[in-house]
Amino acid sequence: MSSRDRVLGRVGRALADVTPDERPYEEAVGRDYLREHGHRTTEQTVELLAENLADYRAIVHRSDAEEMPYLVMRLLAAHGSREVLVPPGLPPEWMSAADPVRIHDRAVSTPQRLDQVDSVVTGCAVAIAETGTIVLDGSPDQGRRRISLIPDHHICVVRVPDQVVSSVPQALERLDPARPLTWISGPSATSDIELDRVEGVHGPRKLEVILLG
Amino acid sequence: MSGTFVGMPAFPKAARDAVRNPTLRGNLRHATHTIRAKRARAVAELDDWSALREAGRRIKDHTLRHLDRYLLQLEESVTAAGGTVHWAADADDANRIVTQLVKETGESEVVKVKSMATQEIGLNEALLEAGIRAYETDLAELIVQLGKDRPSHILVPAIHRNRGEIRDIFRAEMGEWGRPAPEGLTDTPAELAEAARLHLREKFLRAKVGISGANFMVAETGTLVVVESEGNGRMCLTLPETLISVVGIEKVVPAWRDLEVFLQTLPRSSTAERMNPYTSTWTGTTDDDGPRTFHLVLLDNGRTDTLADQVGRQALRCIRCSACLNVCPVYERAGGHAYGSVYPGPIGAILSPQLRGTAGEIDASLPYASSLCGACYEVCPVAIDIPEVLVHLRERVVEGGPAVRQGNKVMLKPAKGHAAERAAMRAARWAFTHPGALRTGQRLASRTRRLHPRTLPGPGKAWSGTRDLPPLPAEPFRDWWQRTRGGKGDAK
Repeated sequence: MSSRDRVLGRVGRALADVTPDERPYEEAVGRDYLREHGHRTTEQTVELLAENLADYRAIVHRSDAEEMPYLVMRLLAAHGSREVLVPPGLPPEWMSAADPVRIHDRAVSTPQRLDQVDSVVTGCAVAIAETGTIVLDGSPDQGRRRISLIPDHHICVVRVPDQVVSSVPQALERLDPARPLTWISGPSATSDIELDRVEGVHGPRKLEVILLG
Repeated sequence: MSGTFVGMPAFPKAARDAVRNPTLRGNLRHATHTIRAKRARAVAELDDWSALREAGRRIKDHTLRHLDRYLLQLEESVTAAGGTVHWAADADDANRIVTQLVKETGESEVVKVKSMATQEIGLNEALLEAGIRAYETDLAELIVQLGKDRPSHILVPAIHRNRGEIRDIFRAEMGEWGRPAPEGLTDTPAELAEAARLHLREKFLRAKVGISGANFMVAETGTLVVVESEGNGRMCLTLPETLISVVGIEKVVPAWRDLEVFLQTLPRSSTAERMNPYTSTWTGTTDDDGPRTFHLVLLDNGRTDTLADQVGRQALRCIRCSACLNVCPVYERAGGHAYGSVYPGPIGAILSPQLRGTAGEIDASLPYASSLCGACYEVCPVAIDIPEVLVHLRERVVEGGPAVRQGNKVMLKPAKGHAAERAAMRAARWAFTHPGALRTGQRLASRTRRLHPRTLPGPGKAWSGTRDLPPLPAEPFRDWWQRTRGGKGDAK
């Protein structure tokens, strides 16, 4: 007998007490919890996102289309970046004032090569105000998962208010499970040493979020 | 379970040694009290916590009651998304499958994301036997691996180590495994984390095979979810060419939408954060992004035996948040190693004896590793009634009865060590129904109190071997009541 048949057979026998006419999934799982916590205006939701991002040690900036290229330029310069990774679909105007060399993530680029890059700039798919989370889904303005992981400095652009939702349930509705998703809440962190939080272990140690409205 | 735990003493002996280690008690007390207070604050932020907890309980219960259907659906959707599904009935099965898969890649080293399931089956040891070195990449797991130690907490496996101990381990051992610790490494957490970053990065960048577990698997979509903080998970899940995930069959949930419950309750219960720094989800393989080959190994290893127990099956709802450890007065003093299993604390006390059976001395002792105070049930985000299962398992240990082992129905015999306990209970029943004899006995006991030994003789020896005998009062309570309140305010 294959292990598959063995395991499924055991499951079946273990559930001998379960009556076949049990309530279906929709009925069995009540959803009495809230779709979002509290009532906020759009502007308040964006404000909450900024607060919660900052609370988890992300650095938050606000900008508009006109200021954006200069802000990106300043942030990269402040980090001392000489090379910056850019996903293929990043709006070119965001980088129009930036000095560093733009590096494109090609399939043949080794992780070692990407490790030499100082910063990365991406967009995002959605941002969650209540938890201070940004979600990347690999769209052309975000690129492969590895580019927002290997460089030590990640600049992530959130279009406000369109890309901002209040809560986790609202975010899941917007996301496509077929895509690989990366949820990011603040920079990489560990609490493994005496539960003292330390930023930056393996992911980017510096996360800067630009709220672009 | 893991070979590293074989030969451990049973809980009472291990706990007695542990509570006499002041460093361990200090480390644990600091850690559990810190996180306990933070968790309470994080939970209080959500007005609908009880509704989320109830929804989580129901989702898990519903899934478990139709587990065969959801596993088949999961297999279908993972396969459709480009993954390959394997089934493992036990630890040997799973280790054989994973070893074979790694060998097929031609690689002799793998990077690992922290995973309880692979610890449970002793995968690292099995790989080593086949000449494959597995590198743990979670900071705490790295500390444990370098220290040739065992994990002692579900979420913070090195919770029993303080910063000075960690520095000493890094200095002494890192060079054996790769990049040595930097010169002059101090014990500040930031420097220690930096040392781990440098040590592990060279491994991440060259790794061809990654091994992970998963927090959730979605049957509807075939999506796997890993929740983490450091980014080592993202490294292992996205940089290697081959990804092998070993996941317990109880980790499946029916629908994508179900994640909205657990992604709210898990981070707040475990690390007391609104959200953990990183969550990765993947569905099969994606062209040009992440591993080209994905294998999912579905692990039974005692889970179906647990499922067969109508009281005990609720332990399979566990989402491994570790909130129950942090509130448990017994865990706080005894530490995780005393439980002699990968799953320590209250959840370990009910999960390990069910996964492994109660035949062993450690497992038979685990249902007693509790004061039944109920704090673990209060904090559980999926409302596992741990005290109820503990009492149920105690009954099974003492009385024996029907159970399922490796898929077969068995009749368990009462455990041997409990004959004296049963005799004592019978004697107590007699005494309480004969008040005259009880009074005489109590008075006699009080008058001879200075002569009493610290331990019991004969069959009571085993009992008093793990407990200090309570001192007897100079006067029985009933005599004191008669003397001080006798007649006054008496209804009679």
